[in-house]
Amino acid sequence: MNFAVLTPMLVFLVVIFAIGYWSSKKLATSTNFISDYFLGGRELGGFVLAMTMVATYGSASSFLGGPGTAYTMGFGWVLLAMTQVATGYFVLMILGKKFAIMARRYKAITMIDFLKARYSSTWVVLLSAFSIIVFLFSAMAAQWIGGARLVESLTGLPYNTALFIFAVSVLVYVTIGGFRAVAVTDAVQGAVMFLGTLVLLIAVIIAGGGIPNIMNDLINENPNLVTPFGADGNLSAAYVSSFWILVGVGVVGLPQIAVRAMSYKNARSMHRALIIGTIVTGFIMLNMHLIGVFARPILPGIEVGDKVIPLIALETLPPWAAGIVLAAPMAAVMSTVDSLLILVSSSIVKDVYLNYIKPDADLKTIKRLSFGVTGTLGAVVFLLAINPPDLLIFLNLFAFGGLEAAFIWPVVLGLYWKWSNKYGAIASMVTGITSYVALHFYNAANGNLFGVHTVTVPVLLSLLAFVAFSLLIGRKAYDYETGIAK
Amino acid sequence: MKETDWRFKVANREALIGVGLAIFNFIWWFGFAYGLGSRPVEEYTYIFGLPDWFFYSCVVGFLLMVVLVIVVVKFFFVEVPFDEEEDVR
Repeated sequence: MNFAVLTPMLVFLVVIFAIGYWSSKKLATSTNFISDYFLGGRELGGFVLAMTMVATYGSASSFLGGPGTAYTMGFGWVLLAMTQVATGYFVLMILGKKFAIMARRYKAITMIDFLKARYSSTWVVLLSAFSIIVFLFSAMAAQWIGGARLVESLTGLPYNTALFIFAVSVLVYVTIGGFRAVAVTDAVQGAVMFLGTLVLLIAVIIAGGGIPNIMNDLINENPNLVTPFGADGNLSAAYVSSFWILVGVGVVGLPQIAVRAMSYKNARSMHRALIIGTIVTGFIMLNMHLIGVFARPILPGIEVGDKVIPLIALETLPPWAAGIVLAAPMAAVMSTVDSLLILVSSSIVKDVYLNYIKPDADLKTIKRLSFGVTGTLGAVVFLLAINPPDLLIFLNLFAFGGLEAAFIWPVVLGLYWKWSNKYGAIASMVTGITSYVALHFYNAANGNLFGVHTVTVPVLLSLLAFVAFSLLIGRKAYDYETGIAK
Repeated sequence: MKETDWRFKVANREALIGVGLAIFNFIWWFGFAYGLGSRPVEEYTYIFGLPDWFFYSCVVGFLLMVVLVIVVVKFFFVEVPFDEEEDVR
């Protein structure tokens, strides 16, 4: 075990726990527990808002899987990763002020509250809660596996022990601190990610003897590595472009991101977050994926993609600095997991239990239930992650794509298109999810339909379904002022 | 009945600006990546050591988007109140 590497990570954990404790103190004096626990009382400022969006979005795949693939594929994969710059501004601009205003008017705490108020339909609520719970569960499991692998590769502890340590750390601060703890720790984690990637990129460039030297090594090994077309030349423009939907604009439909677009204090916070978010997202994505490519000539022959970043950090940096840098992917995983955990918990407590099972529950019951559900969920994901499936990045993308196909149109069109109604929303969610799952298996067996990522066709089909059903069945114009459809 | 909330007009316009930025971002990204990147590797030039297609598409493209977002937010976005009470005041 390498204590020089571990010390910075332990310090990092202590800071995270301190934030969890501070948030739980704030919760104890709270006058509106539900809004505070699940939405941080709608008081996020610009910096925390930007960081929590970036950190929630930047996950194990951006810090381990993505750079690992860039290591194998070359610059084509960095190009693909840069489609994510759009998420920095697009989500907040599209959901933007309308979402913030409507969410306050509806008194919505979760994305599903918004859908419930907009469409007045039990089916919309249950379908959304069901898909959030199912899909985000798989995403969470994938992230925990990433986190545990990381702890495993750094400490040499067995996988299960590593998983246990990771799970307990996350569970403690999320359960006691709620959304505010998640957002503020995200800000710290985001800052660690930002600095960590910069330090590592510089170290890798120095170790490789400068960028021109690295480039020569890459071209000598395989010229395809510096083209946009991947190491085998089979990364097509259509496929790479379709990631604009998956990891670019489609992110609007992700509940864990959308809920953040209702958590900020005022327009000024949103404006600051737009700028900070764009800078930080682009910077982190560009750096991390370049590190993946640049690592190739320095440490050739790494078989497992997820290990590229830990190995290159240990190779190019002194142990204590590697510890700081490796706290970054750790932070990325934690900041994604914590958001998913609090979101799934809110779906169960707020969207299902308080809506349909016991609307008049007293504060004590709600508190006990919120802590209980959050803790139990974490324990269940932990058990699922003990025997993990292999392809981290694809499992993760599967959950993302499914949710995007389900939610993007009910949220976006629900905000801006007055003819949207519950029939359209239900048709859109059902079409999005079923076609995504079906196409996933079709693509796995036959290669990608039209040569694009699985998410593309279901997003288009769910749009068609949304528009067709809204106009054909029970067509009514919704009045955003009065909340009445006629 | 009240007239359309003025804040919604602001919100709709800003959402359209977001769509416009994303379309521009895509065209820039795609144009340089595949416009320059499709040449044979021997013809690539290198800027700061990076292949030209990548430098323009991803590095300049990213910096340009940052500048555009700053300009758009500073000059075109309007600060509006979110709470109903502030609105009535």
